[in-house]
This record gives sequence, structure tokens and C-alpha cells, in this order.
Amino acid sequence: MQNTAPQETTETQKAGIIQMIGVHKWYGEFHVLKDINLLVDQGERIVICGPSGSGKSTLIRCINRLEEHQQGQIIVDSVELTSDLKHIEQIRREVGMCFQHFNLFPHLTVLENLTLAPIWVRKVPKAEAEEIGMKYLERVKIPDQAQKFPGQLSGGQQQRVAIARSLCMNPNIMLFDEPTSALDPEMIKEVLDTMIELAETGMTMICVTHEMGFAKTVANRVIFMDEGQIVEENEPNEFFDNPQHERTKLFLSQILAH
Amino acid sequence: MSDQADKAGTTVAKPPPWNDPFVRSIFFQVVAIGLLGYFFYSIFDNTLSNMAKSGVSTGFAFLTREAGFGILMSLIEYDETHTYGRTFFVGLLNTAIVAFCGIILATILGFVIGIARLSNNWLVSKLATVYIEIIRNIPLLLQIIFWSVAVLQALPDPQNSIKYGESFFLNNRGLFLPKPIFEDGFGLVTIAFLVAIAAIVYIKRWARQRQEQSGDQFPVFLTSVALITGLPLLVFLAMGMPISWEYSALERFSFVGGSNIIPEFMALLWALTMYTAAFIAEIVRSGIQAVSHGQTEAARALGLRNGPTLRLVIIPQAMRVIIPPLTSQYLNLTKNSSLATAIGYPDLVSVFMGTTLNQTGQAVEIVAMTMAVYLTFSLGISAIMNWYNKRVALVER
Amino acid sequence: MSDFQPHPDLAPPASTVGVIGWLRVNLFSSPMNTLLTLVGLFIIYSLIVPALDWAIFSASWVGTDKNACSHDGACWVFVGQRLDFFIYGFYPKAEYWRINVVFVLLALLIIPQMIENAPYKGYLGWFFLIGFPIIAGILLLGGIFGLEPVPTDKWGGLALTLVISFVGIVAALPIGILLALGRRSEMPVIRTMCVVFIELWRGVPLISVLFMASVMLPLFLPEGTNFNKLLRALIGITMFQSAYMAEVIRGGLQAIPKGQYEAAAALGLGYWKSMGLIILPQALKLVIPGIVNTFIALFKDTTLVLIIGLFDVLQTVASAIVDPAWPEVSTEGFIFAAFVFWVFCFTMSRYSIALERKLHTGHQR
Ligand SMILES: Nc1ncnc2c1ncn2[C@@H]1O[C@H](COP(=O)(O)OP(=O)(O)O)[C@@H](O)[C@H]1O
Ligand SMILES: [Mg+2]
Repeated sequence: MQNTAPQETTETQKAGIIQMIGVHKWYGEFHVLKDINLLVDQGERIVICGPSGSGKSTLIRCINRLEEHQQGQIIVDSVELTSDLKHIEQIRREVGMCFQHFNLFPHLTVLENLTLAPIWVRKVPKAEAEEIGMKYLERVKIPDQAQKFPGQLSGGQQQRVAIARSLCMNPNIMLFDEPTSALDPEMIKEVLDTMIELAETGMTMICVTHEMGFAKTVANRVIFMDEGQIVEENEPNEFFDNPQHERTKLFLSQILAH
Repeated sequence: MSDQADKAGTTVAKPPPWNDPFVRSIFFQVVAIGLLGYFFYSIFDNTLSNMAKSGVSTGFAFLTREAGFGILMSLIEYDETHTYGRTFFVGLLNTAIVAFCGIILATILGFVIGIARLSNNWLVSKLATVYIEIIRNIPLLLQIIFWSVAVLQALPDPQNSIKYGESFFLNNRGLFLPKPIFEDGFGLVTIAFLVAIAAIVYIKRWARQRQEQSGDQFPVFLTSVALITGLPLLVFLAMGMPISWEYSALERFSFVGGSNIIPEFMALLWALTMYTAAFIAEIVRSGIQAVSHGQTEAARALGLRNGPTLRLVIIPQAMRVIIPPLTSQYLNLTKNSSLATAIGYPDLVSVFMGTTLNQTGQAVEIVAMTMAVYLTFSLGISAIMNWYNKRVALVER
Repeated sequence: MSDFQPHPDLAPPASTVGVIGWLRVNLFSSPMNTLLTLVGLFIIYSLIVPALDWAIFSASWVGTDKNACSHDGACWVFVGQRLDFFIYGFYPKAEYWRINVVFVLLALLIIPQMIENAPYKGYLGWFFLIGFPIIAGILLLGGIFGLEPVPTDKWGGLALTLVISFVGIVAALPIGILLALGRRSEMPVIRTMCVVFIELWRGVPLISVLFMASVMLPLFLPEGTNFNKLLRALIGITMFQSAYMAEVIRGGLQAIPKGQYEAAAALGLGYWKSMGLIILPQALKLVIPGIVNTFIALFKDTTLVLIIGLFDVLQTVASAIVDPAWPEVSTEGFIFAAFVFWVFCFTMSRYSIALERKLHTGHQR
């Protein structure tokens, strides 16, 4: 493996592959993340839910530094996120991310989308990169679409390409920001199935989603956020059957009502 | 039952001809052709009789007659004894040179300002905005006349030139530069330059192949820059600098020798560049902004650095948006160069549609020839644009 | 069951907000950025500061002749003294009031168009396009109602610039609509004619159109028909402008969804009725920003008439600066003219942007 992260004791890696300690973030005057403390172990699968605007996206975008935090510590794979560009690059190679709107590159074919980062970041020979690309396309079950452009695919297929694109970089951690909320109902399942398969390989996953079925089958832990804070976290059955806070209960009743 | 089937199967009842859309449409078109034909016929008739009255013979015979007037600037050999036909080419080339230089300079300046407008440096972005908002809301003709009259004519006379060393002189007759004189051996420098270009093409291919096989990347851009400057320079030094300069020198009241850029050219080029750059800057800005922020974020999340993100993700998408309006700015610049007339720069309109027309009175022929030049250029560019758009569209979907 | 206690909002770290935070983010976020800031400051110091000093702080504002001007700054006295000429051209002084009435009327008609929910906006708009040109024409030309006739070769200055651009846009509008409809016609002959007409005018520079109008138009007409320079220029400009107008309107027609055409047909409306009642009202509304933009271009292009010898603002300035009574005032003259054009064009472009934004949100809802 081409893991270049400094090798510290394996125990700390296993215990906290992602550590967020007292993280605060502001957008200008607006206090968007308040005192976030979160430890994620290797292989853990975490689902984050909460009302719109509660800071879920901001939280996971801090993990690969698409957003900058102003206070506290974020340590990913034993590397602390600071403004040091080397560290940021290193972490972005280790952490894959899927967006709500896929963000595939429309001017490149599906296969080119997949090989872009391996070629330019990992410096893999083209033929090898294409091999890797095809391997992951097979894994998300659309190898026959390799030469098409993203615009020619359905939403569900596009999101699966986006997942494959992240996997091509061989990440240790995958972040998902509402991967199914821009999709039609019949396509949600195909994406969720892909994610469940991924979970079965033992990938560390943090997933913002309101798909409660997915949370119940896959997650080790569910985290509920409101107003920029973690209100409560629990293992899924306990979380759904026996919420600790009034706020959580209200939220769950709204989610399950429709 | 059989009756109905019969009706449906064979013919639909025909409407009366004046209600039949097909007949109507034929009728309108015939009328339109008739009106147009009559229009052109009467114009033609009037023109012929008007020209006969004033004693001007029609036709293109005048093009072979001696022109008898001088032209301020010419890229080809020309003096009073050449023909009217040649004045056409002198003007055409003068238009071409100013448009060509203008397009290159305006593109560079426009991209710089457009990117500055998007800079996250507040001051730089505000300065770019101020430039754009001032320049594009003032008529180009005013700007051309301003630079020509208020700035260049206000320069000192040749005796009091603004100097840079003893080789560059700026005065109200224009800019005087040393003229290079190539000696034996300079040919080798040119060859070295060509060799460098060939090498770059080869290295680019080689680097791509190597990348595909081993994954290693090669700094193609830096190597290219080094090659294209270094190789000719080395040969140049090795040959003992086979070049000498003919300097301009003040003799009595004017400069002789060297090369001269006339002030009309400078004013026109300067104004065209500034004006068009303001529009190009806006095109560049909106092109870059048209690429959604999600694209940058996706590239970042994959670990791409700023350079490759720009080169591989942002620019290819932005260029699709930028290029069509950019070419129409190039067309505008070329058409706008005809404002040269106002300051006496001898472009096509000024020389041919101005002086030649005045001397010969061949209005119809001359206006038609001049317009044909611009039309050919416009239609040619649009054809290329259509081809480009189709190609880009093909690559995308 | 415990209750969720929201964490109080804290103030952000001092270094990221306020003046210091703003400076850090916007001017000094990286070494490169700091360098750019310094370059920007240098540009301001070496170009903008001296320019402002010349134009405002060291300028001479009051007086009656060149002796009132110092040499350190701009001589605005010159502009003040020749202002009448720049605005009215050679129009007889005793008749200035007629131009003033037209100016006031113009302003009174434009202002309600800029205000949202102004009453009678539609009627005023039609009056603006049809009634106003007639009244303005009578006032400016004279010759009836006891008004002394003023020939068009006495017209000039800002008044002439406004006349040319107004006539250019108002006359080009109906022709542009017809051309745009023609270009989308299903009759190949009509369509070809419109395409050729539009592409021909758009392909050549305006200056060649003006040359053509001034030297070729007299040749085209039967002998003895003779009309003045201004009218010839106006015909040329209208032809040129209508081609551009047609393309703007065609954009609007294309933006109307096909369902609208089908709905109009389904109601039993014929071609002209469905265009006039359903399609055009929607399309024209969509293209108002585009029309304003072509108007801005036309307004700037009116300066070209000086090449065929008309006295627009720029030409009045260009002829005033060579007056030996006022040496070395060319920069002041051009800057004044530039300022006049800038004010008009900038205002219109802001208006067009605001309209576009409004249309945009209107469509999303
Ligand atoms: N770039 C930004 N600038 C300012 N405010 C932002 C920005 N991005 C998000 N916000 C605000 O931060 C809050 C949290 O946003 P987000 O993390 O996207 O919420 P969620 O994903 O939970 O819906 C929202 O109130 C949003 O308006
Ligand atoms: Mg979100």
C-alpha cells in the first residue's frame, strides 16, 4: 500500500482514526459548529442526522478541510489538520468524499473521471489506473458505462460513479454528504446497496443521511445534531427506540411522519 | 362503416385554395420575391442613371489606374505611382496588422483583468471592477481620439523626445526603435529555434507515453520554456551574436533610420486593446464563474492541488463558455479598427472607402468591396465557431 | 428524559472578524496576496491619486476665460463656458427652451418606467414610443404652430446624440420584431431574406454603413430626391440597429416554451393573433434587458456620426478644443464628454442588471 501517513502506534490509529476535540467554527459572526467532540474508530460506520442548517455538512467538510475550523483540534489518521498544505494534501488522499449533487466532471468520460486523481495525485501509470477504474466500476455494477459522459447517466448511476471515483484513490475513510437526497426514490436503493456493500468491506464511513433504514442496518452509531452541536449519540436501536432528548424525539417523529 | 373507412383511407377534403396553408405560403413567398426583385431593379436603374449623369463609368476598371496619393504607412511597397487596386491591399494589410496585434494584447490584458476581478484580494478585485466599469461605458471612438489628440499629439517634438538610452525615442511623430540587421549566422539561430519547437513537441509526446507507462510526471512546461529560450540563445552566443542594430538618429527636425511606429497606430492599438480587454475580462469572469463550485470541491476532495484542478477541471469547462463570446469580441475588434478613419490611421476604410472613393467616385464598387472584406471575415469566423461548438458539444455528450 | 440545552453563541476569535479579520482575509491572507495588495496600493498611489488631484483638488472651477485657469489642474472653466454648445450645438439660443421641454418630457416619461408599480405604466410606455417622438419632432424641427423652423444642420451636441439614439432604437424595434419573426418563419424564402438581411448588417462595421448611407443612398434614389445628412445617417443607423434588435428579440422568442405556442393554437388564434397577444408580450418582456444593452451600444456608437460630418457631443467637444482662445484644454474636453457618456451608459447598465435580476427571480417563483 502507498500509505504515506507517519506510522505512529497502531493502537491510537485503531482507537481514533478521526479525532475532533473541542472544535468550533464560525462563518463570519455566525457560530456554526459549537464544541464538537467526536472520536471515530477504524472500521466504524457513523450516521449523522439532524434538521437542515444544523451544521452536518459543515462538520464533515471540516474533516477533509473543505472548510477551515477556527478552534479546537481535528486529527485524521494521526495527522493534525492545520493550514499546512502538505498535511491537507495527505489527508485528502486518505479521505474520500461523495456529494449530494455528485459533482462528476462533465467534460470527462466516466472512466476519465475515475482515473484523473490516481494519475495526477497517486502518479499511477494510465493503463494501471484504468484497470483500477474498471475494477471499481464493476464493483458499483456499471462497467458498461465506462466510455459515456456523466450527462448520459441517470442520477443513481452518477452517484455510483462518484462513489467509485472516491474508491479509486484507495481511501481509509469515506465521507458521504446526503448522497441520496437528490435522487428519485427508485434510484435511492441502488445507491444505498452500493454503500451497504462498501460497509461490509470494513470501510470507515461517516454518512450524513436521513435514510433511517440504512442507519439501522449499517451504522454502529447514530449522531443527532442541532444548532451546530451534537445533541446525542447512541447505537441505532437505542437511538430510534429510546431517544434521550425531547429535541431528538421531535425530529424523529417529523422524519418518520412522511 | 365502409364510407368512413374510405374517407380516412384515401383523401382528406381539400380546403378552398385561399384557406390552404400551403397555397397561402407559396403566395406570400412569390409576393416577397416579386417585391424584392422590384426593389433591387429600381435601385439598380436609379444608380445607373445617376452615375451616367455625373459621368462616372461603372465597373472595376478604375482599380488599374494610378492612385497618385501617398499613404502614411504601408506594409507592402507603395508610392503615388501604384494603382488604386494596390491601395486596397495596403489598407487591408494595415487593418489586419492592427487587428492582429489588438487581438493578442486584448486577450492577454482581458484574461489578467478578468482573473483579477475574481481574486480574493479585495483591492485587486475592486481595481479590476473600476477599470471594467469605466472603460466599457465610454465610446470607443472617444477613447481613440483621446489617446491620439490629448496624449500622443501632446508628446514633445523630435528635438525634445522622451528617450530611453540612445536607442528608444518617443515623440509626436511616434515611437522610434532600433532596427535589427541580421548578419551571417543568424540563420542558425532561427534553425535552433525551430529545433527547440520540434524538441518540445517530441518531449510532450514522450512525457505522455512515459506517464502512461510508469506514472511518472515530467515538468513539460518548464522544460519547454527553458528549451525555447535557451537553445536559440546558446547558438546566438556561440555564433558571436550575429546581429547589429540600426539606431534612429535625430537629423535636423526628424529622425532617420531605425524603425518607426506611427502615433496613429499606437493610439488605435492602445484604445482597441483597452476597450476590448474590458469586455473580454467580463467574459472570462462569467466563464470561470459558470463552473460550479462543486467541481473545485470535488477535485480538492480527491486530493488534486490547485494547479491540476485549474488545468484539468476548471479551465476545460470554462473555455467552453468563454470561447464563443470571445471570438465575437475578436470580430468586434476587427470591425472597430475601422474607426481608424477618425484619426487618420490608413486602414481599409480610411484609405479605400475614404481617399480612393473620394478620388474616383466609384461609390458602389468601393463600398461593396470593403463590405465584402468584413463580411467574409465575419462569416468565416462564424463558420469556424459553429465547427468548434459542434466539436465541443460532441466531446461532452 | 433530559432536555437539550443549546450552547450559547460565542463571539468568533478576534483575529477572524472586525477590521483586523477583514484585512487578514481580504488583503493579507498569503504572501502572494500581500504582494498583490502592495501592487494595488502602488497603482492607486501613482495613477489614481494624481488623477484625482488634477481633476478635482487642483482644478480651476470658476471664471470666464483661460486666465482663470492655473496650470496645476484641470480647467473646468472651459467646459462651463462652452456648455451650451456641448448641449445644444448650433441651435438658436432663443429656441433653447424647445430642447429643454423635450428633455423634461423625456425625463418625465422615463422615470415612471424605472419605478415599480407606477400607475399607467403601460399607456405611458406606448405614448413614449409613439406620441413622444411626434411631439419632440414638432418641437425640434418647428415650422408649424408658429414655431420658427430650425434646419437639422443646426442641431448638435447632446441634443443631437439623444435624437439619433432615440430614433435609432424606436425605429429599429418594429423592424427588429418583424425580422425576428421572419427568421423563425416556416416559409423558406422569407426566412432566407431575413437571415441575409440580419447577417449582412451584423457583419460589417457601422462606419461603413454610415459611409454607404451618405454616399450611396443618393445614388439609389430617383434623381432629384434629396434629403438631408441627418436623415441619411438615421436610415443607416436604423437598418444597422434593427439587425441587432432582431437577434435580441429572437432570443426572447426562443425562450418562450413550446407549450405557449401550442396553447395559443389550441385556442383557435391565427398566426398574427397568437404572436401579438400571447407570444410577443411575453418575449418582449424577457428581452428588455437585452434591448437596454443594445441601446447602450447604440448610444456609444452615435459618436460615429462625426465621421460623416454631424455635430454630436464628441464632435462639439473636438471642435471646441481647437479654439485658440482656449489652449491646451483637450484633456478636459474629452473627459467631460467621456463623463457624459459614462453617466448615461452606467445608469442604463445598472438598470438592465436590476431588471435581469428581477426577471430571474420572477421566473423561479
Ligand atoms: N459558506 C457559508 N457561509 C456562510 N454561512 C454558511 C455557509 N455554509 C453554510 N452556512 C450556514 O451554516 C449553517 C449550517 O450549514 P450546513 O452545514 O450546510 O447545514 P446542514 O448540512 O446541516 O443542512 C446554515 O445555517 C448555513 O446557512
Ligand atoms: Mg447539508
